[in-house]
Amino acid sequence: MHDRSAKLSANGVVIEYWLHRSKALFTAVKGVDLTVRPGEFLAIVGPSGCGKTTFLNAVDGLIPIAEGSLTLDGREITKPGPDRAMVFQQPGLLPWRTVVGNVIFGVEAQGRMSRSEAIERARQQIELVGLKGFEDAYPLELSGGMQQRVNLARALLTDPEMLLLDEPFAALDAQTREMMQLELLKIWSQTRKTALFITHDIKEAIYLADRVIVFTRRPGRVKNELEINLSRPRDLRVKRDPQFLTYEDEIWESIQEELAVPAERLIAGMPAA
Amino acid sequence: MSIKEADRVLPVTSGESDARRERRSVVRPSRAKQYEPIVIGTLSVVIALTAWQLVANARVMPVLFLPGPWDVAQAFAKLFQTGDIWLDIGTSGAEMGIGYGMAIVIGLVIGLLMGWYTRFQYALDPFVNFFYSTPRIVLIPLFIIWFGIDMPSKIAVIFLGALFPIIINTMAGVRNTEAALLRVARSFGASDALIFRRVVLPGSVPFILTGFRLGIGHALTGVVVAELIAARHGVGQLIAIAGQTFQTPKMLAGVILIAGTGMLLTTILQRIENRFQAWRPQIR
Repeated sequence: MHDRSAKLSANGVVIEYWLHRSKALFTAVKGVDLTVRPGEFLAIVGPSGCGKTTFLNAVDGLIPIAEGSLTLDGREITKPGPDRAMVFQQPGLLPWRTVVGNVIFGVEAQGRMSRSEAIERARQQIELVGLKGFEDAYPLELSGGMQQRVNLARALLTDPEMLLLDEPFAALDAQTREMMQLELLKIWSQTRKTALFITHDIKEAIYLADRVIVFTRRPGRVKNELEINLSRPRDLRVKRDPQFLTYEDEIWESIQEELAVPAERLIAGMPAA
Repeated sequence: MSIKEADRVLPVTSGESDARRERRSVVRPSRAKQYEPIVIGTLSVVIALTAWQLVANARVMPVLFLPGPWDVAQAFAKLFQTGDIWLDIGTSGAEMGIGYGMAIVIGLVIGLLMGWYTRFQYALDPFVNFFYSTPRIVLIPLFIIWFGIDMPSKIAVIFLGALFPIIINTMAGVRNTEAALLRVARSFGASDALIFRRVVLPGSVPFILTGFRLGIGHALTGVVVAELIAARHGVGQLIAIAGQTFQTPKMLAGVILIAGTGMLLTTILQRIENRFQAWRPQIR
């Protein structure tokens, strides 16, 4: 089942947590099989709490997996590495550093670039994400959308093999979110980096991705997957395309089944009167 | 913006017309507003001093009990006419400088270690808690037995006084590092040393400086109380002797010297704190 052409490949990935409060083992993800092809934009959607963010953290190497295998270019993922870069849901910017200082933080942590080179390239990256003129602003002076641009620029500057995005636009208002989706696609089309995008927003997933994977409710597994055959470049009007709406219906139904299951089980599991 | 100001900025529903409302900018405060704190502060001090002087002038009580501000000012000036005061200031200053300086260096190191290494914290917590909840000046008699009545016993009291607020605040600073920032740093593969230098330490600076500032108060208390109990020279000793010989204005002059030093040092540290917070948007 190992796919040689895969960038990222997950086979039977199980992730468990030890919950201190209830002193119990908690299974967040149970048996995820998926592959991400080189240069592909893959989105994972699923009901909230299905373990999709946990899975992404494991791909980043921040948490260990209990079973299965998780490989990037055929190498087992055990810890964070310069071949991956995460764009976080919360921007996580150092408040005492300017935009430039924050954008170089990723490469600085990796220790791969001289400071002057990092600053030089950071300025280009800042321009790319549309923050020209804000190089010396502090994070608290920026709006939520601008902070996420810094978050994105920080990840891009490390020039990773694979970009991991953990609901980066979830905390933004609806209009800003749409603009950021548009800009993300623009930036992504220039670099064509393999991207793994986690979201609970179905429209967002379809709009951005080449392929959408739906997770079951917790413990998360792959429920189904859908190729998105919408031509690129996509503008925001794609979201009203009939084909787009068909995809949306299909994914929504798939997720709805997951939401509905507990209630049915409850009734089915009740003792006969 | 205070609630009162907000009331005035919000649209008026009746009575007042738009044209009559003054235009105001939230971004640029008016020049008069800028000096408000200083003007009002100075004014209230002047009023208080005047009231004090008036009560003193009425002479319901002798100078011994209630000297006026002018008496105190004269005593203050007289202190500096003879050279003796410099020995006292020099002694207290040296005690303060050595004791507080040691507390800063050692408190910072211990606080950082306790914040960073949990096991180190477990080991030292009982001692820190014991000393922090005890007024350190109760140890003065012990220090006099150990070190005599000269400078070393004062230095010990000052050191212990300032040490614990610095340790506790530094430790809190390290512990309060935002989990999200740590996660970002780990995700980019930052080494522990880099996380400490670039994330934890800068984030702790405001806490550390607060510890330094609180330490000053404790250190000054230590210097004065230790000298009141037993000393050969020092500003605390000057206050004690002036009090015992009923030179109330001179005693108060000494008190003002101590208070002024405390205010000066605290202000300097406050300025430094503000400098380190340039990234925080101004709330005003």
